[in-house]
Amino acid sequence: MPSRPTSTPGSLASAGHPASADHAASGAPAGGRGDGSARRRGRSRPSAVVRSRAVPYLFILPAFLVYGAFALYPLGRAAQFSLFEWRGFGPSTFVGLQNYVDLAGDADFRAALGNALILIVFYAVIPLVVGLVLAAILRRGQVRGMGFFRTVVFLPQVIALVVVAVAWRRIYAPNGLLNDLLSAAGLDGLTRGWLGDPGTALIAVGFIGTWVQMGLVMLLMLSGMSRIPGELFEAARLDGAGPLREFFAITLPAVRGEITVALVLTIIAALKTFDLVYMTTSGGPGNATTVPSYEVYLRAFDLREVGSASAVAIVLTLVIFAINLGVTRIGERQS
Amino acid sequence: MRVSRAETTLNYVILIAFAAFALTPVLTILATAVSAPLGEPAGLHLSNFAEAWTVGGFGQSLGRSAIVAVIVVSLATVLSVLAGYAFATMRFSGSTLLFSLFLLGMMIPAEATVIPLFFDLRTLGLTDTYLAIAMPQVAQSIAFGTFWLRAQFRAMPIELLEAAALDGAGPVRSLTRILVPASRPAIVTLLVLTFMWTWNEFLIALVMTPGGRLRTAPLGLSNFQGQYTSETALLSAGAVIVALPTVILFLFLQRHFIRGMLEGASR
Repeated sequence: MPSRPTSTPGSLASAGHPASADHAASGAPAGGRGDGSARRRGRSRPSAVVRSRAVPYLFILPAFLVYGAFALYPLGRAAQFSLFEWRGFGPSTFVGLQNYVDLAGDADFRAALGNALILIVFYAVIPLVVGLVLAAILRRGQVRGMGFFRTVVFLPQVIALVVVAVAWRRIYAPNGLLNDLLSAAGLDGLTRGWLGDPGTALIAVGFIGTWVQMGLVMLLMLSGMSRIPGELFEAARLDGAGPLREFFAITLPAVRGEITVALVLTIIAALKTFDLVYMTTSGGPGNATTVPSYEVYLRAFDLREVGSASAVAIVLTLVIFAINLGVTRIGERQS
Repeated sequence: MRVSRAETTLNYVILIAFAAFALTPVLTILATAVSAPLGEPAGLHLSNFAEAWTVGGFGQSLGRSAIVAVIVVSLATVLSVLAGYAFATMRFSGSTLLFSLFLLGMMIPAEATVIPLFFDLRTLGLTDTYLAIAMPQVAQSIAFGTFWLRAQFRAMPIELLEAAALDGAGPVRSLTRILVPASRPAIVTLLVLTFMWTWNEFLIALVMTPGGRLRTAPLGLSNFQGQYTSETALLSAGAVIVALPTVILFLFLQRHFIRGMLEGASR
């Protein structure tokens, strides 16, 4: 999560971290009043600290003012903007839903969605497989230097994506490390400027996403696996299960909640991969690497199509809401 | 648990391969950062950092990033503590609805808010100010921080607060004397995460500084890349400078980063 998360973790509790267990609902001793309110303490606790009705609102007010003015209100404004045609200055024209209708036939927007789907493979699917394998290996223990390994694989998560882009541009450059390695292996025919070639640019950007996300996914899986009782594995071992059967019979079902969480985070990261695209390819060559969040920026600030940019932004927001709710639903049905 | 020898070997091969994969870009950029700039003899050029610092103006852009980080981290944390406290310990009508609104904020992408924010702030003459760069980030951080601290404060034994109330402590005193000290680790984690997100933020800082006077460190690097495309050594040195604060913090406070990002993600 190099950038702020765009997910609603609250309802993804199926992962069931002990630290997040609701203290009151777990039956811990509390006030001990015999009235009806005690039964619902899981949801709302009696106020131990205040009697006045106004006090809670006073505590929330400052946060709510800032949040309302700089997040909620602009979101509403974006929805409003999306109904107009406006060049960022001068008069605007109300066009109803025309901006959205236009998007349906907009080649660049459709390219952005298609590219995002491919990026999801690199940002979400591959890191999930890698993360599961690495976590399974680390969990089985007897690995020296586990702390070092965890640190190294997680490191890409904390580096600014702008810096990540500079590093990978070096690797993908015509005289960069990747081509050097290919030449050394006698594969000169494959060398190219990876980010400039329409056939490889998107994959090259996606691969950076794999590099960034695999550490986060691995640690999510590790934290899920650490909750599996060791006896379960011992029992499987006694029954003669090998590492593969053990993985599919015990480990995988136990981390379903974490898999859900990892997919939400990484899929959204793929849709929002603005910094990397801006710094490596500017969406090009052509529209080969554009993504919805890059389209938002390009339309609003370069092409001066503020209405269309806002429509893309609203669609992106709805897709993110839908992924959060959809995946949460699936998670709930499983548990 | 016993693991066969062949499996152990295979495990190490896989782990080392991925460690190498994770480290390669890091080492590449470090090696490039000390390599010879254009027109200089090969060898170790540590002076690249000093030159990048001057040419890229990283002194100023790091300073601006630090100012933005201080504003965002302090303001967002204080406001989140207050709001999280109310949501965790007080009963009031509309609390569920209000809290859902805060949760919603964690799903709103900056892409959606940044367009109207830019045009509205421009109308008010407030673009190219610290306010324009910081406040949208404060708003996003508050959504996460309130959620994070509410969970933390709810996990505290309620007897603590009840005892304080019996002793005549008011709500502010209970918060500052009891809850905040008892929640130090969770608050430090929140500080660390908010700092990292703010330091690495790109889109908001890019859109809100059309004049270029208040470029933060990531933008300074982006601008440097645009101007000195062929100076890969200096560019890499600049990139190392920009990445260093969060990487150092991570190496020292790993547990906070990892715990925060995992728990924040999954609860």
